[in-house]
Amino acid sequence: MTERKLEIRDLHVSVETETGSKPILKGVNLIINPGEVHAIMGPNGSGKSTLAYSIAGHPKYTITSGSVMLDGVELVGLTADARAKAGLFLAMQYPVEVPGVSVSNFLRTAKTALDGQAPPVRSWAAKVNDSLAKMQLDGEFAARSVNEGFSGGEKKRNEIVQLDILDPKYAVLDETDSGLDIDALRVVSEGVNRYTAQGDRGVLLITHYTRILRYIKPDFVHVFVDGHVVEEGDARLAESLEETGYERWVKAAE
Amino acid sequence: MSKSVAPVDQTGSESATVVSHLHPVGSFVLADHPAPSGKEEFWRFTPLAKVQDFFDDTLERSSLDVHVEPGSGVGFGHLGLGQSPRGTVLTPVDRTSAIAAAVPQATHLVVEGTLERPVRVNIQGESLTHPTADHVVIEALPQSCGTILLNHTGAARHIGNVEIIVGEGANLTVVTLQDWAPGSVHFGQHEALVGKDAVYRHIDVSLGGSLIRLQNNLSYASIGGDAELYGVYFAQSGQHIEHRLFIDHDHPKGVSHVDYRGALQGEGAESVWVGDVLIRPTAIGIETYEANKNLVLTDGCRVHAVPNLEIETGEIVGAGHSASTGRFDDEQLFYLESRGIDETEARRLVVRGFFATILARIGIEDVEETLMRRLDAELAFDKEN
Repeated sequence: MTERKLEIRDLHVSVETETGSKPILKGVNLIINPGEVHAIMGPNGSGKSTLAYSIAGHPKYTITSGSVMLDGVELVGLTADARAKAGLFLAMQYPVEVPGVSVSNFLRTAKTALDGQAPPVRSWAAKVNDSLAKMQLDGEFAARSVNEGFSGGEKKRNEIVQLDILDPKYAVLDETDSGLDIDALRVVSEGVNRYTAQGDRGVLLITHYTRILRYIKPDFVHVFVDGHVVEEGDARLAESLEETGYERWVKAAE
Repeated sequence: MSKSVAPVDQTGSESATVVSHLHPVGSFVLADHPAPSGKEEFWRFTPLAKVQDFFDDTLERSSLDVHVEPGSGVGFGHLGLGQSPRGTVLTPVDRTSAIAAAVPQATHLVVEGTLERPVRVNIQGESLTHPTADHVVIEALPQSCGTILLNHTGAARHIGNVEIIVGEGANLTVVTLQDWAPGSVHFGQHEALVGKDAVYRHIDVSLGGSLIRLQNNLSYASIGGDAELYGVYFAQSGQHIEHRLFIDHDHPKGVSHVDYRGALQGEGAESVWVGDVLIRPTAIGIETYEANKNLVLTDGCRVHAVPNLEIETGEIVGAGHSASTGRFDDEQLFYLESRGIDETEARRLVVRGFFATILARIGIEDVEETLMRRLDAELAFDKEN
């Protein structure tokens, strides 16, 4: 039996630019076991979001070498939907508007694709409403087009609604905290905590700031600079970052 | 147009008699509409070589079978040449329309009171070789309310005029579905006159056939008319779909909203959308917006989107227009795919979403769903062929 974990091994990723292929990730190693919350913290431009998108299979990013194994399944080379079916979820920093596609229809289509069968009609609407209510979103959001006309905070909460309903094995949260006011941050954090409270789910929480870590307690903190992890520790590392910032690592990388 | 045509006024004087420069002066006289060369602004997008027969008035044309479902509640009859209200609203703006306007017998549909459910009118083509021409007059009496669906199917080389009179305070929706068999050609002039405080909704849905060219004109009989013109089209490889709109704001406090959306897929798929809104000096306090959006699904498609506004008075609530042409948004697709939805399904969702807001305007659930399924089939068509 394969060991359950999300394992990123020596991951190298490039993006195509006008001046040619530019390496962004330079050998990332991470192991997320079920039940663990890992925070990745780093300065802007360090490659945090690239890590999130390349794990999820965004076509813009080319994995040049390395491996991402999810419970024994190699994700590298799979399409984005196949990665989701393997159990991965990405809460995006900038959730995309999909005009004309209702939140309810979107969730139902995704749930059907992931489970291989449509969710029961009877309980579905109640489930969506319940999930929206937990994120303090009005029930009318179910009928609205995905993210269209949503405020920044509503978009982020809608990401966590999806996390709740799709209930993946591993969730990558890409700067889910950015731009949230204190109430929204609390609501979003509670949503993530409900997800992890199941006990066997893994979270990779990517953030620039330490404030979300007051609400979501990480088991491990990784400092990410220049495309790889430069230091690892427990929650106390995040506290020291709050005082000293990323400067010493950024300088060392230059 | 049968009423005198007020001017597009380039000089500020109200006495000028120049019609909108984008639209030919209407006339029932064939000689006033010589066969086009293709160099005319009005014809430059249309592949005329395929349709020379449409300008030949010597061809014998029969009419198509127009079938109104029984018990629908709509009045059904015929109007001979010169029999009112035929010819009171629609004056032909091109040669094909003049040919159809001269058919001996026009179909007359009368909406009186409230129609409980939409009326389906099936117009069935039967031949790709034998040319046909029809003239349909839809008359919504004052204070009436109803929906009429003109459902064009089968094989045809057809000219179909539709003349629409929306009486005072009436609420009329006309859906024209062009779902022709492959190889069909359809020309037509739709002309609506919106009465005082009436609400008129027109929805063009153009899917099948090899060439569709519809001229959709609208003007107001009095103040306070509210018009919405929507369109949905899907051009496949080798298909030419052309919609030309002319909205003539000639009375105060009218409203017009235009939203046409099209998808194109396959080598040589071509769409044309030319919108024109004329706001005459008399059209004080009107509000208008016209938009055209195109979704290009593959390489090899051509889109022509030309929005025009001719504004002759500044004393209006608002006037605007926009046209856009784009490909599938990769970020939208990735977002859907990252939730486990495969690429084919993600594309289907995005295309459905693109058209959904327009189809929802039809307000007839089973028609909306039928059209959605037809659009799904259009999207899948490319993969099968």
